Amino acid sequence: MTSINLEPGMNRPIVDNTADEPGVRQPLVLNMDRFNQVTQQVCQVAEARRTPMAWYICFALGLGLLGILGFCVLYLIVTGVGVWGLNNPVMWAYDITNFVFWVGIGHAGTLISAILFLFRQKWRTGINRFAEAMTIFAVICAGLFPGIHVGRVWVVYWLFPLPNQMEMWPQFRSPLLWDVFAVGTYFTVSLLFWFTGLVPDLATMRDRAKGKIQQIVYGAFALGWRGSNRHWHRYERAYLLLAALSTPLVLSVHSVVSFDFATSQLPGWHTTIFPPYFVAGAVFSGFAMVVTLAVPAREIFGLKNLITLRHLDNMNKVILVTGCMVGYAYAMEFFIAWYSGAIYEKFAFLNRAFGQYWWAYFIMVSCNVITPQLFWFKALRTSIPIMFILSLFVNVGMWFERFVIIVSSLANDFLPSSWDVFTPTWVDIGTFFGSFGLFMVLFLLFCRFVPMVAIAEVKAIMPQADPHFGEDHDEHHGEEHAHTSQGEATS
Amino acid sequence: MSTLTTKPEKTKVAKPSDPNRPHMYGMIAEFETPAQIIKAAEKVRAEGYKWWDCCTPFPVHGLDKAMGIRQTILPIIVFFMGMSGTLTAFVLQAFTNATDWSIWAMVWVTGYPYLISGKPLLSTPAFIPVMFELTILFSALTTVGLMFAFNGLPQLYHPLFRSKRFRRASDDRFFVVIEARDPRYFKARTSEFLESLDPVAVEEVED
Repeated sequence: MTSINLEPGMNRPIVDNTADEPGVRQPLVLNMDRFNQVTQQVCQVAEARRTPMAWYICFALGLGLLGILGFCVLYLIVTGVGVWGLNNPVMWAYDITNFVFWVGIGHAGTLISAILFLFRQKWRTGINRFAEAMTIFAVICAGLFPGIHVGRVWVVYWLFPLPNQMEMWPQFRSPLLWDVFAVGTYFTVSLLFWFTGLVPDLATMRDRAKGKIQQIVYGAFALGWRGSNRHWHRYERAYLLLAALSTPLVLSVHSVVSFDFATSQLPGWHTTIFPPYFVAGAVFSGFAMVVTLAVPAREIFGLKNLITLRHLDNMNKVILVTGCMVGYAYAMEFFIAWYSGAIYEKFAFLNRAFGQYWWAYFIMVSCNVITPQLFWFKALRTSIPIMFILSLFVNVGMWFERFVIIVSSLANDFLPSSWDVFTPTWVDIGTFFGSFGLFMVLFLLFCRFVPMVAIAEVKAIMPQADPHFGEDHDEHHGEEHAHTSQGEATS
Repeated sequence: MSTLTTKPEKTKVAKPSDPNRPHMYGMIAEFETPAQIIKAAEKVRAEGYKWWDCCTPFPVHGLDKAMGIRQTILPIIVFFMGMSGTLTAFVLQAFTNATDWSIWAMVWVTGYPYLISGKPLLSTPAFIPVMFELTILFSALTTVGLMFAFNGLPQLYHPLFRSKRFRRASDDRFFVVIEARDPRYFKARTSEFLESLDPVAVEEVED
């Protein structure tokens, strides 16, 4: 507890837990010393009779965008992919850019739920639930694009190895098919992981439910969970296994996505650095999206005691690290292009920075390389408005990164006679912004009806959850705040 | 579902004694902290009960040991299911892309020897990504499916849900549950024993 300041609207002081003092473990759950308070704070969001006005405004916006998406997709299906701005050299543009963008965003959720779990980073418990939800919804948005860009969506089942009357099979040596399996597995495993984490919390919701409908719905999804320790034993094993399985999986997914490009022979795509570079970029963009969502969510739903400034500070540090990795990858691409001595490679990269898409390249570099450098300063890392704006910049920058990689490489390939310019049509743009509507609607429904923070997991990292809690202290009620700051929670 | 405050009887009570009394599921004792539940669990175990459990709002560190729970075999099964995923993926890819065999798999299916860029038909390195993904997929499905199956879930009804008090097991209270089918379960003796563990409350739960 380095300083205490009062925020308007909150009766209790907000504790600054962002300081890193040697030997002191900062609390991750603020102003709470009873387990019931955690339950209360998380469940009240879903149990509230009145939904916050901000939720309705966002939901209306989301529904509007979803309507645009629906219209654009329908128009595409009944007309054909010609309604997009694709042309002969630029066969992939917004569709695949959006696909890679959304899949990338999903990666932060799995990183938080799986990799940080294996590293015993207890701060993940505050944010893992909605980061995982974000993963699932982002992968749904991502899956939409390859589905519709095949043009004839009614034969999209050709992607799967299903027996059919033509006796045709998918071609398993194609990275595009690997992608089907990678993204499909990723979605399934993320959903399982998320649901497994949800079951004990749904049981909490069931046990608190007042209405019959809530009892039945939460009860059905809680599967009859009753917190038996014999169950918890297998549950914890399973959770650890899922984390251990998801860790290589999440690294593989964006690696496979990068194979779509890296295994081709197009200059600008044919690069060995792509798999790690894509994974770092994915985590970078995903964490930016988590910050973008966490900042308003904790504000609107009053979860500041659980999603503390320390959580946000930690995420901003991850953004800084991955931002540096991405910046390094950009520089290394240029170095290798020069070092390879291949004229097409050299041209591809000079063209990227100074050719017809120079503006996209400079949006990408300024948003992805320069912006995160501001997070070296703690004052900026812990400032809510600044981190929100910077996270938006990173989101924009990462979309442009995929656009630059995909479009600039395709538009100017080997033969100058086949060069062309890609210009998006209104359907391209409508589909892209519409996909945010799909994401928003799903995410807002999740926020309203599902516990947004992993209640059981947060309780388990409270100092009070340690069986040895308070053994060396006396347990007078007034002194429990002192325990909170010296307790078990690590960052 | 009545809180037991009566003095324990001295004689042993035969279990299905009174036909008017509803059949009992067991007895629960409520505790307030993780430290208390661990101490209680150690004593219940030492007392020789077999059909008993602890219900907690979150996994309490050290409770597995206190209860003497044996390691689950889940990870071993998951390993073999993962390996079968690897094998499935390899067979699927090799069959569909590298052979022209016809086999019966619910329907008659025929492989198609794809010749792509003059590469070998059985290009195993290219099959690795899908083999990896199916390994993970099979493992994850097994993990979650078997975890719930071993736990006997989904089981939407359970006698413990009759108890209002027990609802706090998913919130902030810790319960010891001793089932009536335990050979050492006798209403009077068990309630006396549970009271001796210093709980907040002891309650009998109907089946």
